[in-house]
Amino acid sequence: MKLIQELLESLAEALVGLGAVMRFLLRLVAASPRALLRVDLISQQIYNAGALSLVIIMLSGLFVGMVLGLQGFQLLQRFGSEEALGTAATIGLVKELGPVVTALLFAGRAGTALASELGLMRATDQLSAMEMMAVDPIRRVVVPRFLGGVIAMPLLAAIFSVIGIYGAQLVGVQIMGVDSGSFWSQMRGAVSLSDVNEGIVKSSIFGVTCSLIAVYQGYYAVPTAEGVGRATTRTVVTSAVFILFLDYLITAAFL
Amino acid sequence: MSYAVNGGRPVFAGLDMDIPRGRITAVMGPSGTGKTTLLRLITGQVRADLGTITVAGQELRGIRRADLYVLRRRMGMLFQNGALLTDLSVFENVAFPLREHTDLPERLIRQLVLTKLQAVGLRGAAQLMPSELSGGMSRRVALARAIVMDPEILIYDEPFVGLDPISLGVILRLIRRLNDALGITSIVVSHDVHEISTVADAVFLLSGGKVVARGTPQELQSYPSEVVRQFIGGLADGPVPFHFPAPDYFGELLARSEDA
Amino acid sequence: MRKSRTLDLGTGSFVLLGFAALFFLTTQTTSRGISLASPPHYDLTAKFDNIGDLKVGAPVSMSGVEMGRITKIAFDSKEYKAVVTMRIDARYNQIPTDSDAAIYTQGLLGGKFIGLTAGGAETYLKDKDQIDFTQSAFVLENLIGQVLANFTKSAGGQSDSGKSKADAPAVAEPKPTEKTK
Repeated sequence: MKLIQELLESLAEALVGLGAVMRFLLRLVAASPRALLRVDLISQQIYNAGALSLVIIMLSGLFVGMVLGLQGFQLLQRFGSEEALGTAATIGLVKELGPVVTALLFAGRAGTALASELGLMRATDQLSAMEMMAVDPIRRVVVPRFLGGVIAMPLLAAIFSVIGIYGAQLVGVQIMGVDSGSFWSQMRGAVSLSDVNEGIVKSSIFGVTCSLIAVYQGYYAVPTAEGVGRATTRTVVTSAVFILFLDYLITAAFL
Repeated sequence: MSYAVNGGRPVFAGLDMDIPRGRITAVMGPSGTGKTTLLRLITGQVRADLGTITVAGQELRGIRRADLYVLRRRMGMLFQNGALLTDLSVFENVAFPLREHTDLPERLIRQLVLTKLQAVGLRGAAQLMPSELSGGMSRRVALARAIVMDPEILIYDEPFVGLDPISLGVILRLIRRLNDALGITSIVVSHDVHEISTVADAVFLLSGGKVVARGTPQELQSYPSEVVRQFIGGLADGPVPFHFPAPDYFGELLARSEDA
Repeated sequence: MRKSRTLDLGTGSFVLLGFAALFFLTTQTTSRGISLASPPHYDLTAKFDNIGDLKVGAPVSMSGVEMGRITKIAFDSKEYKAVVTMRIDARYNQIPTDSDAAIYTQGLLGGKFIGLTAGGAETYLKDKDQIDFTQSAFVLENLIGQVLANFTKSAGGQSDSGKSKADAPAVAEPKPTEKTK
């Protein structure tokens, strides 16, 4: 029965952790209004989280779209519906692959950067120094990074999806011979605004989740080199789990 | 500024300190006696469980966050590793408190920053980034930043750690000069006994959560206490034992060789 | 602060790119796509007893050629009918006034759309005109109801699946007269 006890303990710990993260979120939200006044800080963080992730997002989007084109074509060919490739690729990207893959990549690239940056600031006393100088580090350092991530994510997911669609088109139309007109017109006929909305909602929620986890881990990192490293890995792992879990919830909610 | 401290935590039990205004006070003690915790109590980053802490006439118990922030602007703190903001230049680092707390015009900020940098001898380094500075230099920049708002109290947390003799001497000189020139109260936490004794006016020696000695550096040299003697003299063994608690030496050696 | 200009440029470009992508997704991939320049068009209305699950944005076609979209669905509380407004591309301005509008299903289980069948009149429908001849949507429940009704009527014993099948085409959805591509 020791196993059960250990299980309950980890469960309790997880709940405590969840509660702490939620309270942290409230702190961030409370500090946001005044932090929003510093547009320069936020804009810098949007650059860090978004513009710097562009290359990997675009490359990944292209390749994922191309694979989708290949696989989709193969699959649809069995039912004689190759013309529906446009629909299949778009729906797959916009509703699922776009938000989820982008979020995972985001957690890996931007999330770790955020966590390690904040962790390092914690370890070198920069955050304490700010407190000592009567500047609220949450407002000045953490919230801009959080908001930067929240704003950047949906935009990145959209870019991923668009490039993916063109990637699928590249493979489907140019290489596999699907009719270009059908590709686009069938897509337009079958994809609805609510599909796109679902994708936007997902990527927004993922953005909040990943950014929150990243800044939380960084802010509360143990102030040693090892602690910062641990915070970084924990960011990626926790983000990944939550992304996939929330993906299911949101998909179900939209049904 | 003078204040009375009477903290109550397992770190400190019944601590009673009265730090004189306008003087340099050194706080010393073996590693782990909570010197940094003391600083955090003074700056309000940590709250005492029992007792009172009065800083510049203001009681810290139950103080509101906003008032604490106001109080902190009258204090300056130098961290062990400088704690400069790595994404800002030297100039911007020193200007940081001014930009955050005042609405001074750019011209005035520039003059203030350059003046403070001049006081620490680093005006020429204004455009460098923290990563390009040596340890001593970054600490001097941090010092310039600490005084840019003309505080009444300056706190130094282990300012001499890891410095070469020259930089060390520079910092020492600055502590003394700033204290006299600006008429402020300086608190230096350190365990470099000899260095700090050259500039300190008053010394507190902490051990085991209490003050075990207080007085001028000279008085401490001849203090009638084992603990003080060991610390001042840098003796390897004494009330703070050399050996970490361990089972009998020969017993352990023999046991090891048996399962070899 | 010198590098802030390039930084702002980078951020601005990124945000712009992102919003362009969002715009693309919402308009160029969906059936409610807004073509950036709206071609000239005119509106027609038609009243139906039952529109089934016909939706706004569904296509309107004649002879299989798409010529417009449904822009509005309303309810006439005096006649208890559904009023459908269609936006027709101005190129197709020769629809006779006695044409017929019927609701069909795309494929086997697709969405509903409106198909127009030309009448023989010499005058053509203009903006804000109403199509008077309509056929309602094929509703599956009604068909099943009718089949069962017929079934119980002939319940003299023959569980004649052949008979119900013969009934089915009679009440089945009217198919477009031509199936040529």
